[in-house]
Amino acid sequence: MSKAKVNRRKDKLFGYFGIFATVFGLVLLALFVFQIFSDGIGRLSIDFLTSLPSRKWENAGILPAWTGTIWIFFLTAIIVIPIGVGAGVYLEEYAKKGRLSNLLEINISNLAGVPSIIYGIIGLQIFVRFMKLGGVLLAGAFTLALLILPIIIVATREAIKAVPKSIKEASYGLGATKWQTIWNHVLPIASANIITGVILALARAIGETAPLIVIGALAYVPFVAKSPMDEFTVLPMQIFNWVSRPQHGFLLNAAAAILVLLLLVFMLNGLAVYLRNRSRRKFGI
Amino acid sequence: MGKDKIKIETKNVDAWYGEKKVLHDISLKMEENSVTAFIGPSGCGKSTFLRLLNRMNDYIDGFRKEGEIIIDNKNIYKKKVRIEDLRKEVGMVFQKPNPFPKSIYENVVYGLRIQGLNKRALLDEVVEKSLRQAALWEEVKDDLKKNALSLSGGQQQRLCIARTLAVEPKVILMDEPASALDPISTTKIEELIYDLKKDYTIVIVTHNMHQAGRVSDKTAFFLMGELIEYDDTKVIFTKPKDERTENYITGKFG
Repeated sequence: MSKAKVNRRKDKLFGYFGIFATVFGLVLLALFVFQIFSDGIGRLSIDFLTSLPSRKWENAGILPAWTGTIWIFFLTAIIVIPIGVGAGVYLEEYAKKGRLSNLLEINISNLAGVPSIIYGIIGLQIFVRFMKLGGVLLAGAFTLALLILPIIIVATREAIKAVPKSIKEASYGLGATKWQTIWNHVLPIASANIITGVILALARAIGETAPLIVIGALAYVPFVAKSPMDEFTVLPMQIFNWVSRPQHGFLLNAAAAILVLLLLVFMLNGLAVYLRNRSRRKFGI
Repeated sequence: MGKDKIKIETKNVDAWYGEKKVLHDISLKMEENSVTAFIGPSGCGKSTFLRLLNRMNDYIDGFRKEGEIIIDNKNIYKKKVRIEDLRKEVGMVFQKPNPFPKSIYENVVYGLRIQGLNKRALLDEVVEKSLRQAALWEEVKDDLKKNALSLSGGQQQRLCIARTLAVEPKVILMDEPASALDPISTTKIEELIYDLKKDYTIVIVTHNMHQAGRVSDKTAFFLMGELIEYDDTKVIFTKPKDERTENYITGKFG
């Protein structure tokens, strides 16, 4: 066989492998979604969304769970955005590049890979016990904020790196201070990418269960949280609770709750993609 | 020339990027209301030197310089000099047009807004005056609200010049301002430089020898971080004293 022929064959072979790899993942995911869909769609109703949990699966709903998830989403966002974006701006624009900043950079990337349950243990120790918050929404939000902080710092830095140097120099050249340049140009241009990163990170946060179990979020919450100091549950906790029940009906409930959670996450991801595209159009980056 | 008031003076300037020395002992004087051109092959240090004059290198990690740079009898690297004030006096136009992704109007007034000047009447006046000075007014006066990125490259560069003029600097630094433009736009920029000389001291870096010949009063030839020769442009282009200058001017290298 000639060399060219061998190469062509290799090329084809890799092409097939690529198709297989792609289809493999997608098919599994599609099967899973289909299964959930066929199980859960029958349970989805206004009643299901507006009912409290119950010992009887036919009466049980996810009102405390999905409102808890919304609470967690916004509380976590309020806590994590200023801290994460602030740290990202500092590291990218103010910190002197050197050994220390390299060390920080590596560690922040490593933190993004720490298992979420570890964050749960930190949250339990700091927020629940030391700050004596108890297993309330605020403690959960702080814990999840810690969990996604590294992701947001990294996303902010990447977004700022993508801002053309020429724009910054133009601003400095006209006598702007560093802060004026960051506020007037860097952040507006980077904002869509930062928001995209924040949304994706928050989408991860609202899917987390382990850290919330550790800090003592309740699985059975027969009320809607009214303040950040209330005890709470979230959709993944509710799902976790239901799938561990023996009655088949609760499995159907879990499937329906998964559908709601999936829908939420899809919507968030869609929003992130939309924002990114809009920013590319607007600023040409 | 008759005008011999020294506007900018550099004394024994050395500069480094990290360990690499990029400027060696540069001393020269530039006169008020004149155009000084820096020429030389790529990487010869002429842009680095230009950017020293408004401290644009300050934010580059590992950059370091020695020697003095004096503008209007003030050492601009003294501790008490506010870098923002310096840059209002010493404006800069860059190689690639870099308008902000905002309206034409907002581009021009940005330098005033950051000083806290927001009076509509004042801003309107400055916009018209600056755009007229930059020979752009007639082309854009009807759509000042339009995004600056929708202008052509040449128009964008004249907008960047207008934006610099709006702050009323005394010195304008231009880093190859026409290198990304077509010949017609280039001619317009060159005519503009000629007009602006009346009110400003201009320092221009250029790759284009003809451009240096056309627009400048004095020319400095840089080679590998050294100032080889500095004289009246006429002298540099007709009877340079240094053989290397002559070789560069006549195109034997570069």
